[in-house]
Amino acid sequence: MVAATTSDAVLPNTGGTVLSVLRKPSVLPGFGLTLGFTLTYLSLIVLLPLAALALKAAGLGWSGFWDAVLTPRVLAAFKVSFGLSLAAAAINAVFGFIVAWVLVRYRFPGDRIVDALVDLPFALPTAVAGIALSALYAPNGWIGSLLMEWFGLRVAFTPLGIAIALTFIGLPFVVRTVQPILQDLPPEEEEAAAALGATRWQSFRRVVFPALLPALLTGFALAFARGVGEYGSVIFIAGNIPGLSEILPLLIVIKLEQYDYAGAAAVGVLMLMASFVLLLALNLLQAWMRSRHAR
Amino acid sequence: MLVKKAVGFTPALADSRWVKGLLIATALAFLLLFLVLPLVSVFVEALRRGTDAYWAALVEPDAVAAIKLTLIVAAIAVPMNLLFGVAASWCIAKFDFRGKDVLITLIDLPFSVSPVISGLIYVLLFGLHGLMGPFLKSQGIQIIFAVPGLVLATVFVTFPFVARELIPLMQEQGNEEEEAALVLGASGWQTFWRVTLPNIKWGLLYGVLLCNARAMGEFGAVSVVSGHIRGETNTMPLHVEILYNEYNLVAAFAVASVLAMLALVTLVVKSVLEWRFGAELAATRH
Repeated sequence: MVAATTSDAVLPNTGGTVLSVLRKPSVLPGFGLTLGFTLTYLSLIVLLPLAALALKAAGLGWSGFWDAVLTPRVLAAFKVSFGLSLAAAAINAVFGFIVAWVLVRYRFPGDRIVDALVDLPFALPTAVAGIALSALYAPNGWIGSLLMEWFGLRVAFTPLGIAIALTFIGLPFVVRTVQPILQDLPPEEEEAAAALGATRWQSFRRVVFPALLPALLTGFALAFARGVGEYGSVIFIAGNIPGLSEILPLLIVIKLEQYDYAGAAAVGVLMLMASFVLLLALNLLQAWMRSRHAR
Repeated sequence: MLVKKAVGFTPALADSRWVKGLLIATALAFLLLFLVLPLVSVFVEALRRGTDAYWAALVEPDAVAAIKLTLIVAAIAVPMNLLFGVAASWCIAKFDFRGKDVLITLIDLPFSVSPVISGLIYVLLFGLHGLMGPFLKSQGIQIIFAVPGLVLATVFVTFPFVARELIPLMQEQGNEEEEAALVLGASGWQTFWRVTLPNIKWGLLYGVLLCNARAMGEFGAVSVVSGHIRGETNTMPLHVEILYNEYNLVAAFAVASVLAMLALVTLVVKSVLEWRFGAELAATRH
């Protein structure tokens, strides 16, 4: 401990000269201790294990990686996972937006309970959601039997069932990203639109919606990303037929059970890469929209 | 979450009665279909054969072992992430340093990783054919298919909960109170215990609550590292899966109903915290 700073005088042994180069001076103690602990814990729990994943996939080599990933079964699962997550996120974008609108703009009996209930998919263990949904939508379930009788529609054990489960899982993301933005929207803009002769619909379309669109897109992206990785709520209702209703996370589990560690790692890396590219694209789109909206 | 502002809705913001009714009906119907019915069905299915069958499913030895294991795993994983969350938010919120944004992004990283991958990474590291597998075997240490693996996977998936709750809260609160305490002669630890902790206690409780709910309910990540040994490495969600796959539906839903009650308690406490102490939770939370 050479050349103690003021903070070290108060609580010794917290930050030395090396750290004071890194940060702006402060009288508060504990920077070295807490940052050191944070970085160590982060590295041990998150970064090193993720590096092991990359390392295992890299062990396959460039062509080996693509050979493991470009099989018909993986590609089919890729389509199922990404396609149905997209569909579920789209459903949530519509209905989640309506829910957020209703919760912010209207008063009705029980609105607070409804608001609290929106977080249920965050709180309910995914396995519980999975068996509950598959029981509901099974051909002899409450909803499944009605859909069967009225439309001849099978939901459980088909891709449609996967979309249902992913809709359940993704709902809070859209509501909880749109809701605070809608709440903080200044009423003056809509009042001005009305004063200038706009109808309710016009002022919604031209004033309110553009202001909410970035939040809606964020919610959409979060729901989508969650859907791609989701496992517990899907596998019970999916039927898990290879090529038809098999999702990527399940394929990882199957490869692990066959001791194909490298193959599992390759699919894992593919999933992470695809999600990363997608989120990056959405971030760029958002930044572009914000700059356009600001002008 | 919902903080109703007394905007006293000006006529310009009022929708016609038809639009309002239609939108409320749509929203409620959607939520009924997707949230309420699944929740209700858990309890209906669990009680299908009466309360005796329900209790029998819960006191059966494998179920008791699963409940115990779930509590043990959460009792280790949640305090670990609590400690980490406090440490991380202290250095991030109270100090300015280079690379802070990168650090925050990295802390949030586990939320964007699929639960299955969260389990997979530990299998690749500590599994029998993993990077450290041969070494661990020679030392007689078992991590995968044992409690340490379950704890690690759970810690990973609940990693950001406490930190992401505390960081914006402590940033909002600033450093003035701590600086005053230090100037008045308090030690660093005294400042933390007497000034910082009382200020963040509700936010901390909120983060721990969500962390615990996820820790006890996690399925995908623990499923990969557990090995599914009945009575030994099965947590409650994994026990639900086994019973369900054996077509023992009443028992599966009985155990699931306990988890559903945990979720409901979590939601109630969370809502109470938001209504009572909304101002003392971070405003920038989503």
